[in-house]
Amino acid sequence: MPNHLIDPNKWIDLYSDYLFNYTITRVKDRDIAQDLVQDTFFAGLKSMKNFKGEASERTWLISILKRKIIDHYRKINSKKGKAEIRINYNSDSEDEGDWLEERVADPFDKTAEDNLENTELGLAIHNCIRRLPKKQAQVFKMKTILGYETEAICNELDITASNLWVIIHRARTTMIACLEKNWF
Amino acid sequence: MSKKNKIFVTCEEANHNCDKAQYNEATFWEKVKLVIHILYCRACRKHSSDNAKLSKTIAKSKVDCLKLKDKQKMKECFEKVLKQQQQQP
Repeated sequence: MPNHLIDPNKWIDLYSDYLFNYTITRVKDRDIAQDLVQDTFFAGLKSMKNFKGEASERTWLISILKRKIIDHYRKINSKKGKAEIRINYNSDSEDEGDWLEERVADPFDKTAEDNLENTELGLAIHNCIRRLPKKQAQVFKMKTILGYETEAICNELDITASNLWVIIHRARTTMIACLEKNWF
Repeated sequence: MSKKNKIFVTCEEANHNCDKAQYNEATFWEKVKLVIHILYCRACRKHSSDNAKLSKTIAKSKVDCLKLKDKQKMKECFEKVLKQQQQQP
């Protein structure tokens, strides 16, 4: 018996940001990431009958998304046709002699572990945002993650500034409690 | 004392200033009032530090999400396909 039900009507609301965040850490381009997420939803819809209910909807969608991301990299690799290895440290380059400096490891460079932790943290944040009431989640995302101006949000959602601050305050308080429990 | 210029503010107002400060939207005077309030109010001090921690964490995570319009577009596209599929038995 399936333990998890599938309901595509809510997919976009529930998972699009989560999937997008997952994708954007793997492909660095917003447009491509968006296309991949959209493709994932379509693919999910097509193969809905294969959903066995063994995992949650989100896990299932992520597994589709992973394939999509791999396919994306395969495609751009085959477009290139051949491995391009170009190291231009020959004498006719203007930067002759600069190579050593360029190749020294950057001590402030992010390590793989840092990146991994950031990805997980991003997903944890999205998990917490998902638990917020819809309006709070929306305002919080616009203000904190997308960095919109207060006025822009007020115009778009048709609320007053003081209303916005109340919503922000509630959202922040809930987010603090949620991250406290799940992350720190 | 006029209501606007008092130095000691309620916790509510301090919280409001604290939230504003997280987005760099608090005025200098609001920040001063917040700092004074925090000096004697333990609960707000805790909240203020937690609040700053939240901002820092989110900045560090480089979390990203879809823009409202893009999400709307995605939703419309998806619902079209969904409808098509539901019509076919």
